[in-house]
Amino acid sequence: MEKRIRVLVAKPGLDGHDRGAKVVARALRDAGFEVIYTGIRLTPEQIAEAALQEDVNVVALSLLSGAHNTLFPRIAALLKQKGLTDILTIGGGVIPDSDIPGLKAAGIAEVFTPGTPTTKIIEYIKANVK
Amino acid sequence: MANESLKAKREAYDAKVAKALAKNPERINLPKLRLATPLDIEGFDYEKDLGFPGEYPYTRGVQPTMYRGRFWTMRMYAGFSTAEESNKRYRYLLESGGTGLSCAFDLPTQIGLDSDDPKSEGEIGKVGVAIDSLADMEILFDQIDLGKVSTSMTINAPASVLLAMYIAVAEKKGISADKLNGTIQNDILKEYAARGTYIFPPKPSMRLITNIFAYCAQNVPHWNTISISGYHIREAGSTASQEIAFTIADGIAYCEAAIKAGLNVDDFAGRLSFFWNAHNNVLEEVAKFRASRRVWAKVMKERFGATNPKSWMLRVHTQTAGSMLTAQQPDNNVVRVALQTAAAVMGGTQSLHTNSKDEALALPTEASVRVALRTQQIVAEESGLADVVDPLGGSYYVEALTNQIEAECWDYIKKIDDQGGAVVAIEKGYIQREIQDSAYKWQMEVEKKERIIVGVNKYQIVEKPPEGLLRVDAAVGEFQKGKLAKMKAGRDNAAVAAKLAALESACKDENVNLMPVIKDAVLVYATLGEICGVMRKVFGEYQPTVSL
Repeated sequence: MEKRIRVLVAKPGLDGHDRGAKVVARALRDAGFEVIYTGIRLTPEQIAEAALQEDVNVVALSLLSGAHNTLFPRIAALLKQKGLTDILTIGGGVIPDSDIPGLKAAGIAEVFTPGTPTTKIIEYIKANVK
Repeated sequence: MANESLKAKREAYDAKVAKALAKNPERINLPKLRLATPLDIEGFDYEKDLGFPGEYPYTRGVQPTMYRGRFWTMRMYAGFSTAEESNKRYRYLLESGGTGLSCAFDLPTQIGLDSDDPKSEGEIGKVGVAIDSLADMEILFDQIDLGKVSTSMTINAPASVLLAMYIAVAEKKGISADKLNGTIQNDILKEYAARGTYIFPPKPSMRLITNIFAYCAQNVPHWNTISISGYHIREAGSTASQEIAFTIADGIAYCEAAIKAGLNVDDFAGRLSFFWNAHNNVLEEVAKFRASRRVWAKVMKERFGATNPKSWMLRVHTQTAGSMLTAQQPDNNVVRVALQTAAAVMGGTQSLHTNSKDEALALPTEASVRVALRTQQIVAEESGLADVVDPLGGSYYVEALTNQIEAECWDYIKKIDDQGGAVVAIEKGYIQREIQDSAYKWQMEVEKKERIIVGVNKYQIVEKPPEGLLRVDAAVGEFQKGKLAKMKAGRDNAAVAAKLAALESACKDENVNLMPVIKDAVLVYATLGEICGVMRKVFGEYQPTVSL
């Protein structure tokens, strides 16, 4: 049997808006992924550590507070530092289009903005997970 | 009998409908009630169910003439970056005809962290204004007459500290606390359930809240000591009935805590206020507002034995639904907000914030905030909706829906009572699960196109990326940290240490009201982070239950 894709859905920073993270986490679970949801208010260090401990294939970050330019690249860097280079890291939230190229350059593979159907995220993960 | 004749005619209509449906089915996902008639509000008793506005059970509104005398307060939630920047926005809003202030604080402030805390990195000034100490509050309200405006502060876990700062600023300007008007959100239970800016565990949090009730009853009599909020529960994905049910259950928990702490219900209940969401479904929203007033009036009179009519009234601030704004074709949001505004006004709100069209993308620009405020002014001045009290009262459909939402609300309140009340239901994750189930159902309906969102799953166009969005200057964090360091170097640090030590021992004695002790610390420029740090040390921090 093929190994199921393991996804860590995480909320970095101080933002408590978790509707999106929970909906995505549940949709991924219903799509057959193994999902670990961290809850809110995690530091980048805690998220990178959880990714290592849980041996995940994907880290999905959700942030609506505007701190993405600080926190997403830091998480990507910490994952790299831990040697977790085969993890697919994606993000979502209220993120202006103009910030997306910078986030991609920092190691966030894809950014999903408001209105994205969960099916699009599921397909993306299936097509790109390493 | 008239009713028998009506029933027969209704059956004939239903048969006709059944035939028509066989040929032309209706759209999917519609409310069950196709057409409301007197049969759908059987047992309706005007005097008992509606009564008159300004009278129990307040279904038709809390004031006798509603907006015929004075419009609702047009209160635009604003704040970003530094106190200096936000002060400019507040003065702009007041000059543009806004009639009350509503302060948004950044996340570090809402979680009781100073700007120089490592956890604040990246968040300073982003979703609201950064406040580290009384010095920032003095700048925030510079040149604003606190004796004239009413100020709402969206602050919860550290509400006591921000309220103490507000009182201190006013007193320094020569305005005594008994002249102040405004609201602190101060609603920790919905933070645990839906919004996330909690600090301390429930028990000390409830103590802080009852301390504020008692302190304000004595010293700040016109202050709304809490804004029991359904808004964020709805934003997190709940239904209309769940929004008011979970919020009223929270309200019951606060009343029980205050009564247990020795307060008399009529001494604090008149200063409780509520906060509803104005969502997309206009008639459902109007019914929700009406049902919520009727439920709360009954709760206060029958359950808590309140005898002062002020204690029975559910007074409410409203905000249009942020989660219903679309990033796609953002101009369409102006129309959504106008309809939501109409719902809030026909529902009888006491104050209203209207969202700006660009808020699914970023903080709003000054121009889009103006359109949002003008939307309220158009509804107020031009639409006629504000010219008559409870215009939809007596509509068969709206009365039936009001009854239905009320019944669903009582059902939830009973379920929560059976679990031991709202605090227990939240600690068990029950309320969170109910909300997230509704959120998931909504999203799946959108994805299956059983629920249409214009521009998102129907009528899409190819769009250019939006231009001219407001960006918070990245230098804000450094500026704020510099200001804080300078303030700390210039204050009397021995006095700060003494006041913080006094606070620590006060926290350990459950019988002490913490408000005066916090105010003493604020006055010597102890920072928000230092004050909350002392409380964290004594009270510990809340550990959430995470469930999917």
